[in-house]
Amino acid sequence: MTVLRLDNITKRFGALTANDGVSLELAEGEILALLGENGAGKTTLMNILFGHYAADEGSVHVFGKELPPGRPRAAIEAGVGMVHQHFTLAGNLSVLDNVMLGSEPLGRLRSRRDEGRARLMALSEKFGLPVDPEAKVSKLSVGERQRVEILKALYRDARILILDEPTAVLARPEAQRLFETLRGMTGQGLSIIFISHKLNEVMAASHRVAVLRGGRKVAERKTSETTPEELAELMVGRRVTRPKREAHAVGGPILKAEGVTVEIDGKRHLDDVSFTLNRGEILGIVGVSGNGQAGLGALLSGLAAPVSGRLLLEGREIGGLGPRAFIAEGIGRIPEDRHAEGVVGELTVWENAVLERLSSPDYSRRGFVRRGEGRAHAAKLIERFDVRGADPETRIRLLSGGNMQKLILGRVLAAAPKVILANQPTRGLDEGAIAAVHAELLAARAGGAAIILISEELEEALGLSDRLQAIVGGRLSASVPAEEADPRRLGLMMAGVWEEGGHAA
Amino acid sequence: MRLERRASVPLALAATAPFAAILAALALAAGLILAAGVNPLTAYVEMLKGALGSRLAITEMLTRAVPLMLTGLAAAVAFRARLWNIGGEGQFYLGALAVAWVGHEMLSGLPGPVGMAVLMVVGMAAGALLLAGPAFLRLRFGVDEVVTTLLLNFVVILFVGLMIEGPLRDPLAFGWPQSVPVDGDFRLPDLVPRTRLHVGLLIALAVAGVVWLILARTVFGTEARAAGFNARAAAFAGVSLPKTIMGVALLSGGLAGLAGAIEVMGVTGTVTTTMSPGFGYAGIVVAMLAALHPAGVVAAAIFVATVFVGADAMSRATGVPSFIADVIVALALLTMLVALLFTSYRIRR
Repeated sequence: MTVLRLDNITKRFGALTANDGVSLELAEGEILALLGENGAGKTTLMNILFGHYAADEGSVHVFGKELPPGRPRAAIEAGVGMVHQHFTLAGNLSVLDNVMLGSEPLGRLRSRRDEGRARLMALSEKFGLPVDPEAKVSKLSVGERQRVEILKALYRDARILILDEPTAVLARPEAQRLFETLRGMTGQGLSIIFISHKLNEVMAASHRVAVLRGGRKVAERKTSETTPEELAELMVGRRVTRPKREAHAVGGPILKAEGVTVEIDGKRHLDDVSFTLNRGEILGIVGVSGNGQAGLGALLSGLAAPVSGRLLLEGREIGGLGPRAFIAEGIGRIPEDRHAEGVVGELTVWENAVLERLSSPDYSRRGFVRRGEGRAHAAKLIERFDVRGADPETRIRLLSGGNMQKLILGRVLAAAPKVILANQPTRGLDEGAIAAVHAELLAARAGGAAIILISEELEEALGLSDRLQAIVGGRLSASVPAEEADPRRLGLMMAGVWEEGGHAA
Repeated sequence: MRLERRASVPLALAATAPFAAILAALALAAGLILAAGVNPLTAYVEMLKGALGSRLAITEMLTRAVPLMLTGLAAAVAFRARLWNIGGEGQFYLGALAVAWVGHEMLSGLPGPVGMAVLMVVGMAAGALLLAGPAFLRLRFGVDEVVTTLLLNFVVILFVGLMIEGPLRDPLAFGWPQSVPVDGDFRLPDLVPRTRLHVGLLIALAVAGVVWLILARTVFGTEARAAGFNARAAAFAGVSLPKTIMGVALLSGGLAGLAGAIEVMGVTGTVTTTMSPGFGYAGIVVAMLAALHPAGVVAAAIFVATVFVGADAMSRATGVPSFIADVIVALALLTMLVALLFTSYRIRR
């Protein structure tokens, strides 16, 4: 039985056509994956379905009834629930408050919390989503918050659940648990659409896949009758393979940390950490997020000074000299969060491209910015690093995540750095952009740059790194050559199990 | 119905938004004028006549616009870098007082133009130093500068009162509380003979150009904008936030101090505690009406001056209280905020 039907949905934003005649059907008890690169129109489509946007053309039918456009309330009443990528929870309220918020009539004087709690617990039981109703949301992990979001939708009698990039914020085990839960929920009669650009989870979790590209639906497959390779090709429009690391001779040491401890706002982030980075090698730092990556990133981008220990570049102490000095010393830095740290969204592409080097004689003279040089530099980066949808005068916030990251990468690589900090360089990027970023990092390595790669994606760390170290609770394991590392051993290392050895012990 | 962020702001929209906002404010104020028993159209015509209807009216209006341009620039510079300088009024008064103090006898013998230049620098320095304190407290201890700069206004005005009743009292003022006068050699020459309009107008226009140049074309200006939009990303890119914020504070305070200096040298000659009808606060409105753009500040200052000068004439002619000027300016600020919202967002159904 078809529970949801989208007919010929078209949505334009100015000159951009975000959805172009997309039709989709969802059967009862089915998990449909909506696969596509960033900017393919997945989220727009779901926002139309949920009534956040009104489509320019086309219609939405839920359980056979047409939904009025642009009215989320109508979608909720028809039984559609949406779990956004960025959660919409109030951190200072309890789980129960968050779930009940907005579900009660405004005129009611007393909140019927006991009824609400009973209902919440029943749902939690029925669908296998354990929560503590009185816990404060700000104290919950992201996985638990997501559960609250799902329960919030179920509490409003959702029969169709839409999840926008549900695993973007989850660690791998949490993601697996989520998909098991979702499958269980379909057994209870729920129908689910989830948005994703990750092939492995689409293959693992869905019954059917619809592929969006450039706002159009380009294909629909039964998951059992397709392969990751075919889906990748459909999604990107051409064959993509992640580049492979070639063996080559590694040079001498260039960057050394000796017993470095870093504290930020009085909190210890790195604890007596030592490592050596050699020319022409990629050192992968793997770990579950929140284990000191932020401290390591701050140390290596020049923002945090070691409270003890030394950071040596070619034998000279550089710890805490500041970003300007780091850049001048030839340390290129790719920040963890491109929106928060990488770019100033309201400035133009060219201003962002030269912001790091604004005071250098290349881009300013007597305190005045050499705008022509800045624009020319940005135009070169756009060309060389294939940044789409940008000219030097575009405000950078208008670029997609992948293109923004390519520009940041270009800003770093154009300066021919000796050392590169790549902090989660592909987080949130689609397959095509990931391959491009990997290729650039490997090319820099082949050119003799020493790269420290902080990544939560095991596959990425294994594919790129010459050596790997795990970061756990602010401490680093001894390093393991890539040849001796396998997911199992890395998993143990990330759990804090390693043989203490070498000088780091 | 919801708001959707525009990908880019069409130039035509950005240029017409302030005018739409002003029209809306005038339409809203018309209700109050009507309540006062006067035909709004008559009132507005009287207002225009009062501000623009004669040579004298125009020069009076421009005289009033000069300090507004400078305090408006002071607010625009600071707000762009997210430094909330509400202390323009205090910086204005301290700049004025410093000029009266130094310009009374200390510089006698200097050629006129040199002395004027020195006094303007003195006024700027006084305003700059007054804002440096709150900026330092914010950078060092995270003290909210909205509170410190706002409260300093009252401190400074009381301090001015103390000085002009005491050490800087004008002995020839027959007991009027006013400061010693600035040496006649250092009074700004008239721009139009037999009116109060002085060359300060040209100085203010030039300063607006320089401020635009600094913000749009220099490394400092670019870094200040970056720090205002996204301090974390600016710091990551190596922009020194303390230096930038302090630089912005000195510039902003200096501009408000200059406003006070020029008002003393060009119009009043002495300092009194009532010499400013709220130029510092009105500067904030001017900056917002101008969407923080230096060229817009000039236009917005002229609009606000027109309303204030015109309202006096209208009040005399029609009997509507001249407080309507404050209402119109305040309404214009509100409608401008709404207009700004609609230039960066559009309504979708």
